Amino acid sequence: MTEHSRTDAYIDRYAARAQGMVASEIRALFAVASRPEIVSLAGGMPSVSALPLDVVGEMLGELTARRGSEALQYGSAQGDPELRERICEVMALEGVRASADDVVVTVGSQQGLDLLARIFVDPGDVVVAEAPSYVGALGTFAAYQAEVAHVPLDDAGLIPAALRETLGRLRREGRRVKFLYTVPNFHNPAGVTLSAARRAEVLDICAAHDVLVVEDNPYGLLGFDEAPLRALRADDADRVIYLGSFSKTFAPGFRIGWVLAPHAVRAKLVLAAESAMLSHSNLSQFAVREYLATQPWKQQIKAFRELYRERRDTMLDSLADLMPEGCAWTRPAGGFYVWLTLPEGLDAKAMAPRAIAARVAYVPGTGFYADGTGHRHMRLSYCYPEPARIREGVRRLAAVVEQELSLQATFGSTTPTATHGVDTPAPNTL
Amino acid sequence: MLAGGLSYEREVSLRSGRRVMDALRAMEVDVEIRDADASLLAALTHDPPDVVLPVLHGASGEDGAIRDVLELLDLRYVGARPDACRVAWDKPTAKAVVRRAGLRTPRSVALPKELFHDLGATAVLDRVVAQLGLPLFVKPARGGSALGTSVVREAAALPTAMMGCFAYGDTALIEQYVSGTELAISVIERDGVPIALPAVEVIPGESGIYDYTARYDAGDTEFIAPARLPAKAAEQAADMAFTAHRALGLRDISRTDLIVDDEGQAHFLEVNVAPGMTETSLFPRALSAAHLDLGSALRDLIARRRFT
Repeated sequence: MTEHSRTDAYIDRYAARAQGMVASEIRALFAVASRPEIVSLAGGMPSVSALPLDVVGEMLGELTARRGSEALQYGSAQGDPELRERICEVMALEGVRASADDVVVTVGSQQGLDLLARIFVDPGDVVVAEAPSYVGALGTFAAYQAEVAHVPLDDAGLIPAALRETLGRLRREGRRVKFLYTVPNFHNPAGVTLSAARRAEVLDICAAHDVLVVEDNPYGLLGFDEAPLRALRADDADRVIYLGSFSKTFAPGFRIGWVLAPHAVRAKLVLAAESAMLSHSNLSQFAVREYLATQPWKQQIKAFRELYRERRDTMLDSLADLMPEGCAWTRPAGGFYVWLTLPEGLDAKAMAPRAIAARVAYVPGTGFYADGTGHRHMRLSYCYPEPARIREGVRRLAAVVEQELSLQATFGSTTPTATHGVDTPAPNTL
Repeated sequence: MLAGGLSYEREVSLRSGRRVMDALRAMEVDVEIRDADASLLAALTHDPPDVVLPVLHGASGEDGAIRDVLELLDLRYVGARPDACRVAWDKPTAKAVVRRAGLRTPRSVALPKELFHDLGATAVLDRVVAQLGLPLFVKPARGGSALGTSVVREAAALPTAMMGCFAYGDTALIEQYVSGTELAISVIERDGVPIALPAVEVIPGESGIYDYTARYDAGDTEFIAPARLPAKAAEQAADMAFTAHRALGLRDISRTDLIVDDEGQAHFLEVNVAPGMTETSLFPRALSAAHLDLGSALRDLIARRRFT
């Protein structure tokens, strides 16, 4: 008897929105990147070992022992009210005045993105985003069949003139723009920050085109040099939906983020959250709440900032010392990432296996563009490896780029590798 | 069982390993899975297993190196010996060996990247196209899972293909592209006698090429086993896998990839000494087409290697 089969026997049954969900060979390379022999400048994992883990452990033990019957019970979809109060105190550091009633706790800010796409995006709707943009957001938008219109950024963040031009064009084309998705502070992956002057301009342009703004701000409190910049939400409570997270300021393992939205939107988000997961983990919420109530969390954020600043400095110094001519990179004033541009004609995605062979990993730029461009770029993160490892990683990377330049000189400029859709992010590449 | 490793195929190996472990445990084989890392030697020395089953793909797994280490530790293992692995792993060498054994294999050249640097890429590639014609298939001389491979239909696309190939290895095998039915024929030894399992026909989906995504993710690659071939072509193809297994001195299991052209002629492409065992892999499909169970087939090989 003949056996007729497919790699995936269910392929004809999936919804249209699942068709684009395929992993690329790049994802397979990251399986190697997790080995200790490889210096990974790829993952965006916060340095949780810098936390007082014994204190956190004690806190968790006590939570279960003293309040277990509540902590281990179902919670609500909107999230614990006391935690939401605390979240408002955190947002106040960036000038946001909000009512806890307008906050929805989410499973990391990633779920906030998913819920927003779920309630706002119909197939074919347009989401405007920076070029490059956060890979996890692009994956979510693709899953809801949104079309992403990219707007370029420079060292001062999103370029207002380009935003105006893009929104104007989309309006003339009769397209339905649902929102501008932006990471204003210490951008993932570009590392740049939207200047104060541009913030007002971006809000004005969006108001003129009646477009909502989704402000994704996981890194806002991790600036190295100055006080946190004023959030976009602080200046327009009706137009801006704000996403926050404790993943970088406390620990990603609790999976606690939040959305702050206008009241009506908040109501929809809660209904959407109920259908997505019924209720949050009370244990996680109580842990974060307890941490904020009893621990010197602002001091801890300061410690994180010092740690990341030292690593940023090491990375920038190493790049300046070691990278071949023709490479350029951003100089982040906070957050986790440097965005590197290779000399003309080089392809960071095609080069990735050679980098793995040289025992260094990065994220190729293509993942951060919905349109398959970005070949010349790569994201380097300095948040996780120790400074000595960062320097070693950059040394290895520089050698790989040198080799690639030599290959390019041999074969001439080549066409970039094909990219289909958005590379689905693996957890350690976020 | 050894799975993981540091090759580009680590992910595939881990998937293979988990599947094999489940299959063996269902046969009540006491199996432990280990990565090829800094803790491996200590573990193998401290608590030596009866038999080692290497399910490592790519370099070190298939090039004989890890098996050399197993020999140094006086451990018994399933699969080919190091010398045979080295020959099979290097595709140009394997092609030369099977050609001497009378098998047909596409004309090819194997060129290291330094050569292009020293002699000038354009001059060399022009000569390659003039001699071998188009289309061509470019792949790393050593490597698996179709990583770094591409079909080249026009000369202008060759430099890009070479760059893509050199991202995965330092020597490129450029071979005449033969179109036809893509087959994978697995060989397994039963009581020491190699038998060829039913040929699995591979029909790549939308992309038209059986590349990495088509192998493990895309979902639309189709497999037909036994392949739809005239009896004579099927016999010739099975004979090719069997001959390759023997000519290369392989042991226990192997998988030969070949193409049957439109005239019914089989062309040897390459052989794998540690074939993939994932849920989408060809070896388990071939076993299933032969009504053999993965767990019991591997258990039998393990039992045999325990004493030989």
